[in-house]
Amino acid sequence: MSKMRKELWFGFVIMGLLLLPVIILTPWTNLTNGSLGLLMLGLIVVAIMLGFPTAFTLMGMGVLFSWFFYHSVDPDMAGGQVLNLMVQRAYGVMSNDVLIAVPLFVFMGYLVERAALIEKLFKSLHLAMSRVPGSLAVATVVTCAIFATATGIVGAVVTLMGLLALPPMLRAGYHTQIAAGSVTAGGCLGILIPPSVLLIVYGATAGVSVVQLYAGAFFPGLMLALLYVGYIVVLAMIKPNLMPPLPESERHVALPAFAQALAARGRNATLGLARAVGGGAGVPMRTALGQLLVSLLPALAIACVLAWTYSAVTAPVVRDSTAGLIESGGSFAADIKEETGLVGAPESTGLQEPPAEATQGKPAESAGLQEPPAGDKPAAAEAVVEPAKTEMPPAAEMVAEPPVPTAEARAAPAWFWAMFGIGVALIALLYTLWTWQRFEIFKMLLGSFFPLAIMILAVLGSIVFGFATPTEAAAVGASGGFVLAAAYRYIAHQRGNPGFAAVTTTVKELGVIVMESSFLTAKTSAMVCWLFVGSAIFSAAFALLGGQEIIETWVLSLGLTPIQFMILAQCIIFILGWPLEWTEIIIIFMPIFIPLLPKFGIDPLFFGLLVAMNLQTAFLSPPVAMSAYYLKGVAPKHVTLNQIFLGMMPFMVIQVIALVLLYMFPGIGLWLPQTLYQ
Amino acid sequence: MQKFLLFIDKLSTFVGQAFSWLIVALTLLISWEVFSRYALDEPHPWAFDVMIMLYGTLFMMAGAYTLSKNGHVRGDVLYGFFQPRTQASLDLLLYIAFFMPGVIALTYAGYFYAAESWAINEHSNITADGPPVYPFKTVIPLAGGILLLQGIVEIVRCIVCLRQGYWPSRGEDVEEVDVEKLKEMVHAEDVEAAAASHTTEAGR
Repeated sequence: MSKMRKELWFGFVIMGLLLLPVIILTPWTNLTNGSLGLLMLGLIVVAIMLGFPTAFTLMGMGVLFSWFFYHSVDPDMAGGQVLNLMVQRAYGVMSNDVLIAVPLFVFMGYLVERAALIEKLFKSLHLAMSRVPGSLAVATVVTCAIFATATGIVGAVVTLMGLLALPPMLRAGYHTQIAAGSVTAGGCLGILIPPSVLLIVYGATAGVSVVQLYAGAFFPGLMLALLYVGYIVVLAMIKPNLMPPLPESERHVALPAFAQALAARGRNATLGLARAVGGGAGVPMRTALGQLLVSLLPALAIACVLAWTYSAVTAPVVRDSTAGLIESGGSFAADIKEETGLVGAPESTGLQEPPAEATQGKPAESAGLQEPPAGDKPAAAEAVVEPAKTEMPPAAEMVAEPPVPTAEARAAPAWFWAMFGIGVALIALLYTLWTWQRFEIFKMLLGSFFPLAIMILAVLGSIVFGFATPTEAAAVGASGGFVLAAAYRYIAHQRGNPGFAAVTTTVKELGVIVMESSFLTAKTSAMVCWLFVGSAIFSAAFALLGGQEIIETWVLSLGLTPIQFMILAQCIIFILGWPLEWTEIIIIFMPIFIPLLPKFGIDPLFFGLLVAMNLQTAFLSPPVAMSAYYLKGVAPKHVTLNQIFLGMMPFMVIQVIALVLLYMFPGIGLWLPQTLYQ
Repeated sequence: MQKFLLFIDKLSTFVGQAFSWLIVALTLLISWEVFSRYALDEPHPWAFDVMIMLYGTLFMMAGAYTLSKNGHVRGDVLYGFFQPRTQASLDLLLYIAFFMPGVIALTYAGYFYAAESWAINEHSNITADGPPVYPFKTVIPLAGGILLLQGIVEIVRCIVCLRQGYWPSRGEDVEEVDVEKLKEMVHAEDVEAAAASHTTEAGR
């Protein structure tokens, strides 16, 4: 009880500190419109802290203050003008063609969440990474990153991972703080890595193209995830007692009967299967053939990429630029395959793709996609990185070369043959390491990781490369989410009771899934969009009263350099992240910052990326660190909230480091959108 | 009294849930449109207008539903620490000071906005020969009306809470983070049992 009082007092003191200057500085005797505007801004902060639904606070205040303004201009017309303003603003949000993507992405997220594939995903990733130091924590972050990217629902991801990953980590003797930190920090990644709702909301607020924001946020998001993983791995290597390696029994993958029979005859899975197809091994022909096909998938993927590259580089250059676009579509599909091959076999593949595109109309595009596979598995790609790098220069040269129209097919350039060699070497390496255990892990990944990764990449790729608007991609993604949910539920049921019963149960369950997802989508979209309605009215009133102008002149009078302004803005957003949620920060406070950006020559796109990165901290900073409370809700009782907060701190520091990195090297974020769209 | 509250809750919920199916329609419509445009080479000029209308109607009509489930985002810095009576008095004050003027103004303005649109038989001008806009504009006063009704219920709730010292109950609904359901989904092992093997009794 006394503790509660203390927190209350703390809050009231902050509120008082906010109100006091407002009350003192307001010239009560001659209230100008401008000072009314500032009063309004001070009041809104206090009113939000009081905890009334923010959308209606904004709406009510907007109405009252715009009435004050119109009243001061012309008392007779005031009422009508206020009403007009309100309904215009509300209708503006209703017919906003950017925000329409919000419910669709949210719907996709709920559907994917209910596909119930996170358990498989975590298990297979954890097995695939069992040799990495701190493997459980690394697998947690990676699972979180992928799942959070697909769903975008922080609360659900943190809760699920708290149920799924925290107990095994604690049982394996992981330090509680690290375990808690990796779950909470990983769960928030979905906010930054596109397709994220935050970026749509920022785009709608700031008038920045969502497509560019998505292209820009991809690498910073990936960088943040890699920094998390890197931190965990390094920590596990320095202090192994914090994250003891798993015992052999935990790493073991149970082999199916036929594999056990064949494994006795030889280590290599593919060879064993090939022999079994020949007969005589006591394994049914069909099983052996099917499994052989699966085990050949990585090789097929590499071969496909090579073949496609060959046909692309030798084909006559297409003059029409739209044709180039269509072809890069093909490249995207190929990229997915490439990814498939890569992640399936960590020791494998890597960077064949980039040169593939070099002669296309838009060569640099592939370079954008080429990096993620490399980044995903730094350790795995090590062997490949060096030769691949040497390939890059020719690719870059091709970029500079204008497409020369030639009629006849050309000979494949030397780099293609180098690439070909690497591809073949990779296949060879892959299949010498292709043990039964690895084959089994590959099959598990095939059932959990790839469908999700392909779906995300397809949605993202089609947006970034301009085949679909974010809205269309979101709708198709939602359909994809439905298919995923259907497939996984069906497989789960079929295992229990094969036959027609599985179909009927699945259909029934899907009905519930779609219904629940729709209801949740309606509530979440209403929450976000009504906040927009309120904020639209509020900011109109704020602008009418001239509050924006006062702030502008005040900020400009400070004589800040762009760098100082940027740091100041980020600090303010960082501090706002402590008491407020990201929706409120972006929808209410961004309209104040955005008009200042051109004065300092700052790109709103870049600013948006920094804000998105910055708001990651909002999820981890107490007292409104939502992810901490979600985790606390499902964690064992001996895990205290303080331990969770302490565990989040290093990850918050990493976020700040990432923010600084992004600021110092804007190319991390801006390179892809600049290459693609300028 | 509780019956009346729950009846309005149910009404808002029913309307909100009925309209939330629009997201399914929206998904199907856009997916079909994408297919039709790329595969069948047959885009529909009205599709864009209809998409916008589905989206706008969806979130507007779900506003009251969200309010009835306490789903609108709040700045939860202090609110959670307040006693229920303090919460209720603050809420009551702000419902009257902010919510009522805002929503009444929106509904009232929306009524005339829609009426005007009906009067001139307004059609969308995004494409030539666009679909009619007046039903869409009618959504504003309708959504505002239901929201107003739900707002009155919330005010009554505040008064009830002020009297009895605790919040009256709300109707059940599907939750975003429903721990029990999520547990079932991942077949979570017993967390406490797992913890017990790791640490000795740590108290409750």
